[in-house]
Amino acid sequence: MEKVQRTWRRIVKLFEVNSIVEELTGAEALVKALIRERVEVIFGIPGGATIPIYDYLYDVDEIRHILVRHEQCAAHMADGYARASGKTGVCMATSGPGATNLVTGIATAYMDSTPIVAITGQVPTSMIGKDAFQETDIIGITASITKHNIQPVKPEEVPLAVRKAFYIASTSRPGPVLIDMPKDVQIKKGKISFEGEIRLHSLCSNPKVDEKKVESISRILLNAETPFILAGGGVIKANASRELMKISEFLRAPVATTFMGKGGFPENHELSLGPIGMHGTYAANRLIREADVLLAVGVRFSDRTTGETESFSSNLEIIHVDIDRAEINKNVRADHSLLTDVKTGLDMLYRKLRGIGSQKNRKKWVKRVSEMKENSERIQAPPIGKINPPRLLKLLRKLLPEKAIVTTEVGQNQAWAALYFKVYHPRTFITSGGLGTMGFGFPAALGAKVAKPNEPVVDIAGDGSFLMTCQELATSVREEIPVVVVIFNNRVLGMVAQWQRLFYGRRYSQVNLGETPDFVKLAKAFGAEGIRVETYEDFKEAVKEGLRNNVTTVLDVIISPEENVFPMVPPGKSLDDMITGG
Amino acid sequence: MEREEIIEAIVEHRPGVLFRVSNLIRRRNFNIETITVGRVNHETARMTMTIKGEREIIDQVINQLSKLMEVIKVRKLNQKNTVKRELALIKVKVNDNLSRSDIIHCIDVFRGQVVDVSSKSLIAEITGTPDKINAFIQLLSSYGIKEVARTGITAMERDRKLGGS
Repeated sequence: MEKVQRTWRRIVKLFEVNSIVEELTGAEALVKALIRERVEVIFGIPGGATIPIYDYLYDVDEIRHILVRHEQCAAHMADGYARASGKTGVCMATSGPGATNLVTGIATAYMDSTPIVAITGQVPTSMIGKDAFQETDIIGITASITKHNIQPVKPEEVPLAVRKAFYIASTSRPGPVLIDMPKDVQIKKGKISFEGEIRLHSLCSNPKVDEKKVESISRILLNAETPFILAGGGVIKANASRELMKISEFLRAPVATTFMGKGGFPENHELSLGPIGMHGTYAANRLIREADVLLAVGVRFSDRTTGETESFSSNLEIIHVDIDRAEINKNVRADHSLLTDVKTGLDMLYRKLRGIGSQKNRKKWVKRVSEMKENSERIQAPPIGKINPPRLLKLLRKLLPEKAIVTTEVGQNQAWAALYFKVYHPRTFITSGGLGTMGFGFPAALGAKVAKPNEPVVDIAGDGSFLMTCQELATSVREEIPVVVVIFNNRVLGMVAQWQRLFYGRRYSQVNLGETPDFVKLAKAFGAEGIRVETYEDFKEAVKEGLRNNVTTVLDVIISPEENVFPMVPPGKSLDDMITGG
Repeated sequence: MEREEIIEAIVEHRPGVLFRVSNLIRRRNFNIETITVGRVNHETARMTMTIKGEREIIDQVINQLSKLMEVIKVRKLNQKNTVKRELALIKVKVNDNLSRSDIIHCIDVFRGQVVDVSSKSLIAEITGTPDKINAFIQLLSSYGIKEVARTGITAMERDRKLGGS
């Protein structure tokens, strides 16, 4: 077990540039500091408490500002931008409601460890705590959903606050940081210097790895009869896909991913099992029960991944590699752990494995893997409506280039996409894995498209989710950010309906959405394109048209409200209790 | 198994730090039994908290506390090797001169001090382990206690190992 008692940390020097002292306002200092951080784009909406910042931005060419229609989407766009590019995303909102509207987006980024910096306006320092117009204690509100938050109280503090925010957001396990800018701090002039250093006690970018542990873990892996790899979002964040593949191929160990890890290992690889868990593949959920050693990398063992944890870890020797010490032994007890950046950890393991060399013969295991993968393909729920979502997603895969980026909303659309849309490259599958935020996919798609303008971006949506953030069609049209939205339109809140169908005796309480709106007309009203899809043929044509269009294209795909996502592990149950529906 | 643990944290001495620390502990629905905070130098402060809970969950909370930017160092103290002290001020009713001298005698036995005397009451100051203070309060309760103010535990680990506290 990892020793937890003593946690002295290093002091990190951050900021040592020779810079002249300039007389600047806090707003100018903020924007100049953002330019120094090489921020290319800010997603935001101005308001009373951010006008000084916007006034300065008016003359700035280095930063593109994308005017969104709801602050929640500014955060989701920054998040999608960050996930697609690996850079830190930036969003901005005014005080009060602007700031609170960011909260869902910040919490989403926090749960999925995405580096974003959120900037909020605040009432002047003299008014704070007096319930001023559009005042809210956003520092207090976001304390538990950010890695850190900062409120500079003098213009002189702004440059270091920005440097600190970007450093914290992107270092070690990434996450959101919020900077709250009181209006008087934006307006006041100060002697601003971009020089200095910050001492950060609680952040270690790369803890030292114990060589002896690497060796003992390597021996366990080499001696395993049926090793199994579980890859999470940490693999993608650490850009460790190549290292992961080397280890998998060397050990001949199959790789299952979490929803967040999808894309970290190419799903057309013979050792890929696809996602595991509540909506994992048949092969992944079954084969983990036959494994003797589990190498879990960059995962936090979410309940959606493990199902009931006791049966998950029984008869399984677990090796956990992660950068966050608070994740070790949190949800699942690890027999061995490596506290390190995933890339470094995997690289050290791979070298040690090769150095030692001799290992168990795993021909049988590999054969078993391919057998189970074939079974997995065969077991499928019988189609219900005219269009079967799994089949449609397989078709979509064929229509899109390999590196196209797919985002999802949350619910059945997300689970279908995870199960049936194969992903070959990291950062090309973007989903709200932890918080499960409906309405995330569309703004995230816009953010991803801004980061990767040359790649097609497709949001796989449901009608319920899409309606939560569809006003961003206006943003996409006006800012010329064309994406394709595929709505699985079943006129119900599908995943809740599925649970009601399977576990609540078909008592469909408050899930029927009805025939409104007409998504084709809705898209057109915004100046986007809308196409109704009722057959596979329609779909093919519509996707091709969507990819050609230079405006966002919404495909309204009519499916049956009776469709279920299978396989499924009932909530709170063991992976063994998987329902295949086939 | 549920037990009482003492957590020691060295933190930055600035606004909001106590909120962040206690907010994290609140999230796991722990009640902070006692907490003392005091400045160490112009930049840092020391927090000593006692919390009752499952060992694993407390270890986890410590790991999460260590991720707060303002937390410089945090650990669970080894109670066998820790000096624990608490200070209490106790206002005791005084009915007559005889009871006053009785009370003062008790205070002497416990190596406490009388810090204020009035015609109807006196204030005793005592430091010691929580057990000692409990015993002292119990003893004085027969005279009638008007008010008690306890600081909560502050603690420090010994450099060399000794038995007991």
